[in-house]
Amino acid sequence: MSLARHRYPTFSHGVHPPTFKADTAALPIRQFPFAPVLVIPLSQHIGNPSVPVVREGQEVVRGQLLARADGFVSVAQHASASGVVSRIGLVPSIAGRMVRGIYLKTWPGSSQEVAEGEALRLENASPEDIVTAIQNAGIVGLGGAAFPTHVKLKPPDGKTIDTLMLNGVECEPYLTTDHRVMLEQASDVYLGIRYLLKATGAKRAIVGVESNKLDAANRLRAAAPPDLPVSVEVVEVKYPQGAEKMLITALTGREVPSGALPAELGIVVVNVATAAEIGRLLPHGRGIQERVVTITGPAIRRKGNYRIPIGTPLRFALEQAGVGGEVSRVFLGGPMMGQALSSLDIPITKGTSGFVAFTSRETGVERREYPCIRCGYCVDACPIHLNPAELGLLAKNQDYERMAAELHLMDCFECGSCSYVCPAHIPLVQRFRTAKAAVRKAERAS
Amino acid sequence: MIELTSVAALGGLTLMLATGLVVANRRLHVEEDPRIDRVEEMLPHTNCGACGYPGCRAFAEALVSAAALPGKCTVSSDAQRDAIAAYLGVDVGAEERRVARLACAGGNNVARNHAEYKGHQSCQAAALVAGGGKGCFWGCLGIGDCERSCDFDAITLNRYTLPVVDEALCTACGDCVEACPKDLFSLEAVSHALWVACRNLEQGDELLEDCAVACTACARCAMDAPDTIEMQDKLPVVNYRAPQPRAAIEHCPTGAIVWIDPDGTVTRGDRARPVLRHSALPDART
Repeated sequence: MSLARHRYPTFSHGVHPPTFKADTAALPIRQFPFAPVLVIPLSQHIGNPSVPVVREGQEVVRGQLLARADGFVSVAQHASASGVVSRIGLVPSIAGRMVRGIYLKTWPGSSQEVAEGEALRLENASPEDIVTAIQNAGIVGLGGAAFPTHVKLKPPDGKTIDTLMLNGVECEPYLTTDHRVMLEQASDVYLGIRYLLKATGAKRAIVGVESNKLDAANRLRAAAPPDLPVSVEVVEVKYPQGAEKMLITALTGREVPSGALPAELGIVVVNVATAAEIGRLLPHGRGIQERVVTITGPAIRRKGNYRIPIGTPLRFALEQAGVGGEVSRVFLGGPMMGQALSSLDIPITKGTSGFVAFTSRETGVERREYPCIRCGYCVDACPIHLNPAELGLLAKNQDYERMAAELHLMDCFECGSCSYVCPAHIPLVQRFRTAKAAVRKAERAS
Repeated sequence: MIELTSVAALGGLTLMLATGLVVANRRLHVEEDPRIDRVEEMLPHTNCGACGYPGCRAFAEALVSAAALPGKCTVSSDAQRDAIAAYLGVDVGAEERRVARLACAGGNNVARNHAEYKGHQSCQAAALVAGGGKGCFWGCLGIGDCERSCDFDAITLNRYTLPVVDEALCTACGDCVEACPKDLFSLEAVSHALWVACRNLEQGDELLEDCAVACTACARCAMDAPDTIEMQDKLPVVNYRAPQPRAAIEHCPTGAIVWIDPDGTVTRGDRARPVLRHSALPDART
């Protein structure tokens, strides 16, 4: 335990990777041009893929509905540019899988104007109306997980929500999208909070911001409407504070039980960018057609925060931002929890918070794996107090059943703190990911 | 004196416990068919599970209780099966021999990688990182989880990092089916001669940029053998109950559908584009 007095609250354990945010934190959000062909996957969210409501060859305008939600755990998709639906078929996805999607050929000179839908006025909307409107607007968690937001707002039977938590932590190195949204769209955030409070019936809202974004916290405090029961709390800079369970512990000191949802504690956590999008879209009846993405990393010439149409191929985005030197590796969503990409043809989706491009100078180092000497660094780092050392040894022997049954493998949310601190360079989180996939496969089979 | 007491006490205790054990052994003795032990001795002791029972002991019990026939054990030789059948006085039982087959022919001389995977060397782990980097999402990653999973050394990666099954050694235990994250292995009867060695669900000649032996869903095989082959989801599906005409492979332009003789020899159709390359393809520039 460190003796230093903590100025700001936080959770126990975790790591302090360098943040690299200075490159883009001061750069305002800029609008992005349309790519010649947009690729819109029908499953950009967790849950059932959307069902297309357009035909091949049909002309669409920006903001028009392309696909409707299929069931409750699913959301709608909207056209991010005016153009023509050239093909409905398989498109590459971030997971490397081919999924069904819509190819949209944009008209040259397609306007940035967005078609308006049926506006939802806050004053005469019922909570159910808001939940449905959020689903129809295609809104998902913009922090990265892309879980449909409206599903979170419906607490499980017998639970009531009393606190709405806004996640403005953004602990992932390099990314600055939420930071810019808080600075530039404070009023949208607050309007979104009003909708969310009404939908959940929560009595208060807390915005959690890390102390390296004090300007954003001050901006939000200054813009807070006096009639809104909202407080802006600053938490210490630490990774992975942006994980909702960690943020809840940091702000309330309470722990979400293993395997349970925050609703167990009467809390719903929503990303600030999601709230801003709700405040921006619902009053106009629009759907999500673009999102803020940080393009950064040593290989990028014009780093920045861009508002990019959903479905823009990564290759086009990189060309626009300018690539200096040879790109050796691109991470989608930051270097800690993000994913290395195998192809630049994948599109930017609702869950893309940013991407970081490295040259071979940063990624060329090959690291040899040494045996585990049980130093316990990983145990000190694990934010959910698992024993990664023990898990790592079991994973090496592929004893997946025991990992799940005795050592709470399935609670691991793959933040990668253990791999980050491991002095023996053991690919711990990679092994856990494999183990989790194997356990899930076994569960499905039985 | 003390020594004597302790020896006596321990001796007495030992005697008491031994008596308990003797009584328990007599009273609680379970009569077990001695044939189970004999039959288990005659089985190959691989505990592979190919028979569908959890290990050789369980299979021996099933054999003795006449719930299964010796033919179910695909690991034993004919002589071994006959011996068991003769011992138990039952029929050998004909079980068609099955082997593991790989539904991919994309070795690194014909199929391109989009990115190089450098992490933990296992197909399962690679498949979780953007699908593994292979141009064809459905294709074999060539890191050899199947080779490592095979207890019978029936699978070896060839020089193009494509697994090759030695059908003589394969016992159809199904470990490779479990190990492959792309679900490319399946257990097939050796009489299934027509085999579609591709799982790519896309169509068109653009596929050939990523893999020269991919199925482009041209459906020529389905036209040549309309009673046997049907196109489903852009892949030919062979109905093995129908007759299998060899003509089905003849017009395949890429050799994605092949003919496998009972001895394991694989033949591509005459029209299939020859693949002459003997070294790995360079990675596509991203």
